[in-house]
Amino acid sequence: MVRIKKESPDRPDNTAFTQQRLPAWQPILSAGIVIPGFVLIGLAFIGVGVGLFITSRDIQVLEIDYTGTDQTSDCNKCTNPNTKNCVCTLSFNIDTLFKGPVFFYYGLTNYFQNHRRYGVSRDYKQLYGDLANFKDPSTDCAPYRLDSRNNPIVPCGSVANSLFNDTFKLYQIVNGQRNVVPFDGKGIAWWTDYNVKFKNPDVTPLQNAFNGTVKPLFWTKAVYELDFSDPSNNGFINQDFLVWMRRAALPNFRKLYRRIAEENYTNGLPAGNYSLEISYNYPVLSFNGRKKVVFSNVSWMGGKNDFLGIAYLVIGSLCVVMSVVMLIVYAKFKFPEDD
Amino acid sequence: MFRKRPPPEEERKVKANDREYNEKFQYASNCIMTSKYNILTFLPVNLFEQFQEVANTYFLFLLILQLIPQISSLSWFTTIVPLALVLSITAVKDATDDYFRHKSDNQVNNRQSQVLIRGSLQNEKWMNVRVGDIIKLENNQFVAADVLLLSSSEPHGLCYIETAELDGETNMKVRQSVPVTAELGDPNNLATFNGEVVCEPPNNKLDRFCGSLYWRDRKYLLTNQNMLLRGCVLRNTEACYGLVIFAGPDTKLMQNSGRTKFKRTSIDRLMNTLVLWIFGFLVCMGVILAVGNAVWEKEVGSLFQSYLPWDPPVDNFLFSAFLSFWSYVIILNTVVPISLYVSVEVIRLGHSYFINWDRQMFCSQCNTAAEARTTTLNEELGQVEYIFSDKTGTLTQNIMSFNKCSINGQTYGERTDQMGTQPKRLDFSPFNPLADPQFCFYDDKLLESVKVGDVHTHEFFRLLSLCHTVMSEEKSEGHLVYKAQSPDEGALVTAARNFGFVFRSRTPGTITTSEMGRTVTYSLLAILDFNNIRKRMSVIVRNPEGRIRLYCKGADTVLLERLHPSNLELMTVTSDHLNEYGADGLRTLALAFRDLSEEEWEVWSESHRFAGKATDCREDRLAASYDLIEQDMMLLGATAIEDKLQEGVPETIALLSLTNIKIWVLTGDKQETAVNIGYSCKMLTDDMAEVFIISGHTVQSVRQELRSARDRMMELSRSRDGGKRGGMEGWAEACFMGNGFQQDQEGDVGGGKVFHSPPLPSPPSSFMDSISGEFGLVVNGHSLAHALEADMEAEFVSTACACKAIICCRVTPLQKAQVVELIKKHKKAVTLAIGDGANDVSMIKSAHIGVGISGQEGIQAVLASDYSFAQFRFLQRLLLVHGRWSYLRMCRFLCYFFYKNFAFTMVHFWFGFFCGFSAQTVYDQYFITLYNIVYTSLPVLAMGIFDQDVPDHRSLEYPKLYEPGQLNLLFNKKEFFICIAQGIYTSVVLFFVPYAVLSNATQSNGVPLADYQTFAISTATALVIVVSVQIALDTGFWTVINHMFVWGSLGFYFTIMFALHSQTLFRIFPNQFHFVGCAQNTLLQPVVWLTIALATAICIVPVLAFRFLKLDLKPQLSDMVRYTQLVRQKRRRPAGCGIGSAWRGTGSVTESRLGARGGSRRSGYAFAHQEGFGELITSGKNMRHSSLGLVSFASRHSSSWMETLRRKKNPPNASGDCSPAPSHASDRVPPLSNSSSVLGGSQEETVTEADQNIQSVPASLSQLEASAENLTCAPVRPQTDSPGGWILTLETVQEALFGWKGAAARGNTSDNQGSPRAARESIQTE
Repeated sequence: MVRIKKESPDRPDNTAFTQQRLPAWQPILSAGIVIPGFVLIGLAFIGVGVGLFITSRDIQVLEIDYTGTDQTSDCNKCTNPNTKNCVCTLSFNIDTLFKGPVFFYYGLTNYFQNHRRYGVSRDYKQLYGDLANFKDPSTDCAPYRLDSRNNPIVPCGSVANSLFNDTFKLYQIVNGQRNVVPFDGKGIAWWTDYNVKFKNPDVTPLQNAFNGTVKPLFWTKAVYELDFSDPSNNGFINQDFLVWMRRAALPNFRKLYRRIAEENYTNGLPAGNYSLEISYNYPVLSFNGRKKVVFSNVSWMGGKNDFLGIAYLVIGSLCVVMSVVMLIVYAKFKFPEDD
Repeated sequence: MFRKRPPPEEERKVKANDREYNEKFQYASNCIMTSKYNILTFLPVNLFEQFQEVANTYFLFLLILQLIPQISSLSWFTTIVPLALVLSITAVKDATDDYFRHKSDNQVNNRQSQVLIRGSLQNEKWMNVRVGDIIKLENNQFVAADVLLLSSSEPHGLCYIETAELDGETNMKVRQSVPVTAELGDPNNLATFNGEVVCEPPNNKLDRFCGSLYWRDRKYLLTNQNMLLRGCVLRNTEACYGLVIFAGPDTKLMQNSGRTKFKRTSIDRLMNTLVLWIFGFLVCMGVILAVGNAVWEKEVGSLFQSYLPWDPPVDNFLFSAFLSFWSYVIILNTVVPISLYVSVEVIRLGHSYFINWDRQMFCSQCNTAAEARTTTLNEELGQVEYIFSDKTGTLTQNIMSFNKCSINGQTYGERTDQMGTQPKRLDFSPFNPLADPQFCFYDDKLLESVKVGDVHTHEFFRLLSLCHTVMSEEKSEGHLVYKAQSPDEGALVTAARNFGFVFRSRTPGTITTSEMGRTVTYSLLAILDFNNIRKRMSVIVRNPEGRIRLYCKGADTVLLERLHPSNLELMTVTSDHLNEYGADGLRTLALAFRDLSEEEWEVWSESHRFAGKATDCREDRLAASYDLIEQDMMLLGATAIEDKLQEGVPETIALLSLTNIKIWVLTGDKQETAVNIGYSCKMLTDDMAEVFIISGHTVQSVRQELRSARDRMMELSRSRDGGKRGGMEGWAEACFMGNGFQQDQEGDVGGGKVFHSPPLPSPPSSFMDSISGEFGLVVNGHSLAHALEADMEAEFVSTACACKAIICCRVTPLQKAQVVELIKKHKKAVTLAIGDGANDVSMIKSAHIGVGISGQEGIQAVLASDYSFAQFRFLQRLLLVHGRWSYLRMCRFLCYFFYKNFAFTMVHFWFGFFCGFSAQTVYDQYFITLYNIVYTSLPVLAMGIFDQDVPDHRSLEYPKLYEPGQLNLLFNKKEFFICIAQGIYTSVVLFFVPYAVLSNATQSNGVPLADYQTFAISTATALVIVVSVQIALDTGFWTVINHMFVWGSLGFYFTIMFALHSQTLFRIFPNQFHFVGCAQNTLLQPVVWLTIALATAICIVPVLAFRFLKLDLKPQLSDMVRYTQLVRQKRRRPAGCGIGSAWRGTGSVTESRLGARGGSRRSGYAFAHQEGFGELITSGKNMRHSSLGLVSFASRHSSSWMETLRRKKNPPNASGDCSPAPSHASDRVPPLSNSSSVLGGSQEETVTEADQNIQSVPASLSQLEASAENLTCAPVRPQTDSPGGWILTLETVQEALFGWKGAAARGNTSDNQGSPRAARESIQTE
């Protein structure tokens, strides 16, 4: 090689970067890493899977359909769209203690909260308490933006308009007596929804803010009338409203309605007969939807979830099997590593 | 392009000194414009060009769609931001490129030239020179336009030009003006000159011009001899005047330069096809989903209207389906994100910088770094299959050096550097004050022989000082400058000068020399000029004593048969020397003399005069008369001239041909020169079965020659084939048969173990293939013209491509381009053209990749090129290292890129089935916008820029590593579908795992997890993690930057997500950030993480298993190299064996073959010699009147003379460390083989022991050793290795042994015994 006494200024810099000689880790999928790796992953997955599976098995779930398509059901009478203020009762019994805290959900099937046009149809600013958008709701809300007389609808849009309005009361039948099982409706919505995303306008009384607006077409009461008893649960920050406004990802979904963790029921629902009184207002039969109620308790990982445990077990075992296959292949067609 | 072209000219009329008259015709001005835009046209033209790109229009179309509210499923900013980015980046790049074009145009256009305006010379810029102007040209100036030579400072209106820029020939050419104008002389007379030239319209034929000059009512015919073309350089002529005939774009140079084409790589084209396919795929998806939407709206949506009524304009399901189609086109468009194009550009830019920064492609002698002038072609460098190379200045340095000679049976000039010491350069100055200080010679025996006055040596150099057509000039006493017509002659005369026989001057009748300090004047009786058929030239001189002697030098083939019978013994020895020289690739000439008696001379000169006067067949008669006297000559010796190759050329060519790259040499030089260089740079070897020469002058004969060449090839390979089949059983024996080694081995009891079990894994068919490829083809320019005709093309290609080496000579620039186009058209292969001169521009432009050699005089080639560097040998690094890496990186990048976007986008498709086909996106729109730009861009960019599978020196060591690129294996339609499939699989997992897990899951506080936002975050996070793990798997070379980018991107993802979901941002823009609080709510849930882990495992585990198994079952060469590399690194000592050595064996095969072959002789008259100079001399035309008969005449002459010659001898900046010629003997051994300990060690050992003559034998033996090693201990699976490696290795064994025998036979007895011992020892060291 020619030795250069004086480095020419045009000569490219001799740095590891420019000469592409950066120190680098060059991993290679060698048997020593891959096979033990597979065994380890497999074992870990099996371990987690077993844990999940056992946990999930202990969770109790009680699901009752109350759509009323069944002739024998008490709610069958309410399926007629002309019936107003229909109330039906559902009886069921629990064999063993339903461990608390028990969560009470309502569920809908074939209901497309995740439809694009449905999801778009709301006015975030309005729901944030922006009075300007009370007067002039966002065009996204169409066709539930203005009523037939061009009054702005508050809250506007399809989501709000279709608020689920069945209500439930649960009684435990003890010696023929109907004891009300107390429902706790606090904090069933996301903290951020309640505290950040939704806000009532800063007007007292709240009602005044809604002058010149109309309630959504399907609603029987205005939004400021949702809970007279508790101002912190009224208007846009009403928990049921919040729960509904958080739209579901899939067409079959359930939403939390109440918690049962008070008074005699802190440990759960004792065995016995129960009666659920439903005020049946929400029509779903027109689009072949179903309505149901769900009682469930939870573990550290939430509600019942058999899939997760099984999936972990399957994947874990596959990894172990794979590692054995690889070991055989490796032994047979060994990569020429020894010289 | 933008100029309105007048109707094509039929005839050009130019009147000297009459601008008004000439303006009528609107001839093009001398201003050249290669740039595309100006300030005003830039924006519209550039945008127009950019929107011709399918991709750009497509994105524009998407943008328009997004502006329609009913369709818009995504915000407009998801498209416009990247689109604007792409357009502006490209625009900036185009603008810079064009700026540089403007600059170079300006530089050329603003060169000064002197124009005769109204009787006085005025300085004008080139661009202002008009047709019809008379311009003055000075020595060493470029000719500004195509001009008609009117007069010159030299006698007879002669002037000399160098046309290297134009056709690559560096020998000087003579041009002469029409006699009547030659007398005009000075500007005053010329100002009144008002001749009119009528000639042919502009064309690209460099060697033809026809026209006539009308002046003073007379007509003079004009030919190419009267023309000076743009791009030529005036040499050895003080000044001349010319009339501009063609200017600017009409000049032959520009007419030859071809159009600038926008070059695309094959990956680009593939990418465009794939993008179209993806577009089709997109439409299919859209249609499926639209149909789904129609069905859904009809069956479900229509019933669901109580909660979600149809928009008033959308009153039926069909229209809704129509809209949904477009909505889906919008959200699914991310399968081809616009960032693909940006990223590709960025990666290419990165690769270009690496090329610019490469110190190993920096030439310290000329202080030039390699430069990637185009940033868009890098990965194509990894796919080159054909290289078209210019010769002069590219392969050779165009320096001739007197290297060796044989005088009276004694050879001189061997470099005795056995011990590795640099021999001392002889210092002539104390001995000879007239010596040329630039001259290099190393053998002091020759100088001794001159000093002691050896008669033969003296006669030898006397011949060299007398027998030539060189002109000399002596500026001041002792400062001789030779004007040689060809550099070879210059070298010979200079050699004689340095050894004390100085040619000082000549007149038409005399030659004055200074012999050993004594001035002697010979009278020159006759010059028997050179021509192509005679292949020799002679002079007949009478010395001061009155003795008449004929000196002849010429091709050995013709000269040796004209010797006196008494020379037989000397002839044998000299012939051996000539063989040796030939084997070294030197150009040889044999020298002889004959004493003539006064009578003989008289008789002959009479017959000669008679022949000269003959009107018919003058040439033949002259030749016959020459033939008469050039008989019974006495042999003096032979010379060997080295046409110095550039450094490392043979090694580079050998290495490149190992990668299956086919190299064509296209040169303007004549056949002999080209063939000679072909041999010396080892393109042609004597091992070749046959070298065909196509030199027919008619279509028929060319066709015939091509066909017979092909038949011959078939025949030869068939005969080999037949022999093969017969001897298949005993193939092992066949390998060793007849080389004498077998017996030797049997005799040696201990040596038996070495060759105990050579396995024979090679299927015979491929063995034959490699054999039947060994043909060479030489095509002449005029034959090439026929071969390139439409109906001959296919024939030519099929013949040419069956050959291993092709040399085309006498090729015009346009033909060069045509050849390239031909291969592009018929072979669909990637072509690379490399050259240094303006004559290569069209070829450089039409090849897929053009490479310019920089640092030489001209810059046109560099300006037209895509890559430029200073030396041919850098080509191997450009292709094998940078090209290979670029290709690899680009392919990996593309695979991953398509994968990640399919994984990303197809989730929407699956979701469509659950959201009523409403074009609801799965992810947050910010995620969609940022996914390609931020979250996943940097790791893949880092991989695309920095990834390496094997280090650079390994890819030079294992040229086979280049093959995947040529075969297009790493990214093709199949690979693409695999990527797509993997992407779709991932998308399925990414959608259905969260779907299955989350649909019934709740948080630990009972809140369901199946809300849309949680689902979106879970899927997005899983996606980002999966693709990050995937890139981690794909990355093979983890630098700090890769780590930073991979981890950084993940970090970025979480940071940005938390920021976008923060309360602060929501409070400011409640309308925009709907996902407030979602990140923390979701990511704190263990179930979500379990889901992500599950999805990741399902996506990655199969890939991991597949890759492991593939590596195990079907490892690629690069995997193996990488593996051995790592093992070696770990053990900290080189592993001498393994697969590697087999490949290394193949790597060095050529080397051994080159060294071991016996030589074939090639005449030194191969050089660019033109006939007719002898006549010019004897007629005295080129002599200055003042100089006739005088010795010290030339002092008034230009100092530029000296410079010219110096520059020729010694390229600019050539300092002490570069000028010593690379010795053939010493450089022959190892350049390709690496420094593996086993190989290197034993090599040195044997080299010192063996004689220089057979130095190549140890080299081959050590290969043999390497292969033997490899036979015995490498665990080999024949089905995975390319069989080529084995065959070549065995071939090496065979050849090495043959070679050894041949060489040993030549050596003396002690060598003969010493070398097998050395060989055996080296084998046993293993």
